[in-house]
Amino acid sequence: MGMENANFLVVEDSPTMRQLISFSLKRFKNAKIIEAVDGVDALKKLSGPEKIDLILTDINMPVMDGLKLVSLVRQNAQLKNIPIIIITTEGAEEDRERGLALGANAYISKPIQSSHLIKTISELLSV
Amino acid sequence: MSDEQRAEKFLEIFNKGKEFTEELIRENQRLRYRVAALETESASPEEMQRLRDQLVQLTEENRRIQQRFREVEEENKDFANRYIEIEEQNNNLANLYVASYQLHSTLDFREVIQIVQEIVINLIGAEAFAILLLDEKTNELKTIAFEGEDVQPGLGQISTRLGEGVLGNVAKTGESYYVNQDVEGGAITLEKPLAAVPLKIKEHVIGLIVIYRLLQQKDAFSAVDYELFSLLAAHAATAIFSSKLYSQSERKLNTIQSFLDLLTTTS
Repeated sequence: MGMENANFLVVEDSPTMRQLISFSLKRFKNAKIIEAVDGVDALKKLSGPEKIDLILTDINMPVMDGLKLVSLVRQNAQLKNIPIIIITTEGAEEDRERGLALGANAYISKPIQSSHLIKTISELLSV
Repeated sequence: MSDEQRAEKFLEIFNKGKEFTEELIRENQRLRYRVAALETESASPEEMQRLRDQLVQLTEENRRIQQRFREVEEENKDFANRYIEIEEQNNNLANLYVASYQLHSTLDFREVIQIVQEIVINLIGAEAFAILLLDEKTNELKTIAFEGEDVQPGLGQISTRLGEGVLGNVAKTGESYYVNQDVEGGAITLEKPLAAVPLKIKEHVIGLIVIYRLLQQKDAFSAVDYELFSLLAAHAATAIFSSKLYSQSERKLNTIQSFLDLLTTTS
């Protein structure tokens, strides 16, 4: 999988954070950014026609939180191999462990550093 | 020339220097071998001298190349550090751009306040904070929005007069207040927060953003946070003030319209 032409799904209830993450993702050439406001909205977008290459999700969201989303994606045969990055204000070690144990590939605490996010995505997509 | 192109150029010079040095070392070895061979083959003294001179010359050249190699390596390190600094600056500018774009994207007062809260949580990294607005009639600062009352009880009921205490003084002087917990010690209280930044439009203070606790993963404010926080507060102030004026004018317009409707129907 290449880093060019990648489709990213940004799952975040805060419009400011969605825009901030999307802004950082523009570093990837021809990146397509699909936005979702919660876990349920994300699952709808994942079942849509666009093939998603990487999911970036918050934890605390209304309707369905990010941890539930990670868990459902990992149980789905078609979606289970999509890399997932959790981006959250929850910075405790146990939160990180829980997120990774559910199947997230990386866990980034807010406030995010754009360079760290780009590095993490590059590592995941170049595997 | 972009940063990436410069980085590639440096790498190219670096690699060329490396290749050249390796080549010189090989040449040096070859000549040593040749001198040894000639000595055993009892070469003429002139030939021996010529080879010795060439060896000295190549050894000197090798030394110079190695020196240049070290210099390029140092330059490369400087460049890498500069690159990191620029990355950080880009990150902060992107944060500022997105935050100001969001703040000025609406004239709805509640929405603006919601955006300010999102920014304080996600960009500044605050866990417990309050947004206070100054009532110009009573000269009182009162909480209009807050987050994290579970960690700092009473955030919703802050009320202080202009010029009184830390918060009142920040509002009066327009100077930001920061406390370094480790150095100055003492508990953070409602009256003595971690940081208080005035919401200023030029010199006119309309309120404060007061931070009581940072997120667990953020130990302290970094140098760039102070600058970013002040710039964000300036944008937040304008956005809050504009939306407030807009709400007021909307209300007045509705009242006037209702009055006109009443006049039209009664006449």
